[in-house]
Amino acid sequence: MTAIVETRALHKRYGRRQALTDCTLSVPAGRVVGLVGPNGAGKSTLLQLACGLLTPTSGSIEVFGAPPGQLARVGFVAQDTPVYAALSVADHLRLGARLNPRWDAALAERRVRQAGLDPAQKAGRLSGGQRAQLALALAVAKRPELLLLDEPVAALDPLARRAFLQGLMEFVAEAEPQATVVLSSHLLSDLERVCDHLVVLADSRVRAQGGIDDLLATHFRLTTARRAADTLPAGMRVLHAEHTERQSTFTVRAEAAVEDPSWVMEPLGLEDLVLHHMSTPSAPTDLSPALEPQR
Amino acid sequence: MIEFHIEPRSGVAPYLQLVHQVRQALRLGLLSEGDRLPKVKEVAAKVAINPNTVLKAYRQLENEGLVSPKPGVGTFVSGTLGAPAVSEHEPLRRELSRWLTTARAAGLDEESIEALFRQTVRSPTEEER
Repeated sequence: MTAIVETRALHKRYGRRQALTDCTLSVPAGRVVGLVGPNGAGKSTLLQLACGLLTPTSGSIEVFGAPPGQLARVGFVAQDTPVYAALSVADHLRLGARLNPRWDAALAERRVRQAGLDPAQKAGRLSGGQRAQLALALAVAKRPELLLLDEPVAALDPLARRAFLQGLMEFVAEAEPQATVVLSSHLLSDLERVCDHLVVLADSRVRAQGGIDDLLATHFRLTTARRAADTLPAGMRVLHAEHTERQSTFTVRAEAAVEDPSWVMEPLGLEDLVLHHMSTPSAPTDLSPALEPQR
Repeated sequence: MIEFHIEPRSGVAPYLQLVHQVRQALRLGLLSEGDRLPKVKEVAAKVAINPNTVLKAYRQLENEGLVSPKPGVGTFVSGTLGAPAVSEHEPLRRELSRWLTTARAAGLDEESIEALFRQTVRSPTEEER
C-alpha cells in the first residue's frame, strides 16, 4: 500500500509549546482519513505541515514521497472554510481557473449549481453552509490527489453538514486520478460514515491509527463478575480495566468476540473506542492499535 | 432498485449494514435475480458514505455468491439466500407466534424472550450435540 502522507518522528514546537510530538504515521492512498482529537491536540498543525504552510521543528514529513509543496496536487480547506467576502461566487471560479493548472471549470460550475449558489452573489453574503459548499467546489475543481480539510463541518447545521458530506463523497467516488482525503472533525458519527481510516491525536501525540473496520472488529467491552485482568484468556489484550466490588469492566483488543456464559462481550462503538484512546494518559506506543505494519 | 441507509448508532460497521440491507431485501423479495444494485458513486453521494465502504459491501456480497459485477455496467443480483423468502414461512411464523403466547403466559417479558431466543440460537441444537 502506497503512503500518500508519511511522517517519521515529526515534532512541531511553537515557542515553548509542543504542538506535535514524535508523530509517526502514514496515510494510505485512496483512503478517507478521519483525524480526531481534543482541541489543541495538533490536528490543524498536522494538516498545515502536510500542505507545506508550516515546516517541522524536527523529524520528517513526506507527501507523495517528497517534502510537501506540490501544491497543484493538494487541495486544502482551512478551518471555517474561508472565502473572499468581497468577491462573487463567479469571481471565485474565475480566480480558481487562473491559479490552478488542472482546473476543471465544468466541475466547478456543476458543483456551484448543485449547491444552489447564485454566481452573482458576494461570498460574504453566503450562509455558512453555502460558503462551505463554495470552498469545497473550489478545492475539488483543482482535481487534487490529496484533499486536506480542517473541521469543514464544525460550524454547519445538520442539513448543511449532510449536504457537504454528500458532495465530498461524490468527489471521492468520481475523482480521477484517485484521491486521498484527510478530514479533521469532532463529529464521530460523521467520520464513521465517510472515513475508512482513523488517526487519533491527543496531547500532541498519535494515540491510535488504522482502518476503521479493523479497529471496530477488534475492540470490545467485556463485563463480568469481579476478576483480575490476567485471568482473562490469552489473546485478549486488556487496554483498560475498571472494578467495582462485584463487577469488572475491561476494554480489550481481541481477534474476535469470545462467547462465555460468565461474561458479556460487546463490540466497542467508535465513539467509546476513540474516547478510550484519547483519555488513556500517555499510552506507550505499543498500546496503540497500529494495525498497519509497524515500520 | 433499493435504497441504502446508515444508522451510525447501531454499532454495526457501515459496510455490514449495507450487506445486511441487501440480504434483507432478498429475503423480503424486494430484490431478485437480475436486479441491478445502485452504482457505488450513487450510493456514496446519496447516503454520504465512503465509496470504499460500498465497494467492500459489494465485494462481500460477491464472495457470498449473491451478486456479480459486470464491468462497466454495474453489479447484479445473481444468487438467492438458499432459504425461501420470509413470506413463504407462514407455518413457522404461526408456530413461533404460539410459542410467544406460551412464553408470555409463563411471565417472560420482551427482553427475556429476546435473550432466551438469542441464547438458544447460539447454543448447539439437540441434533447437533
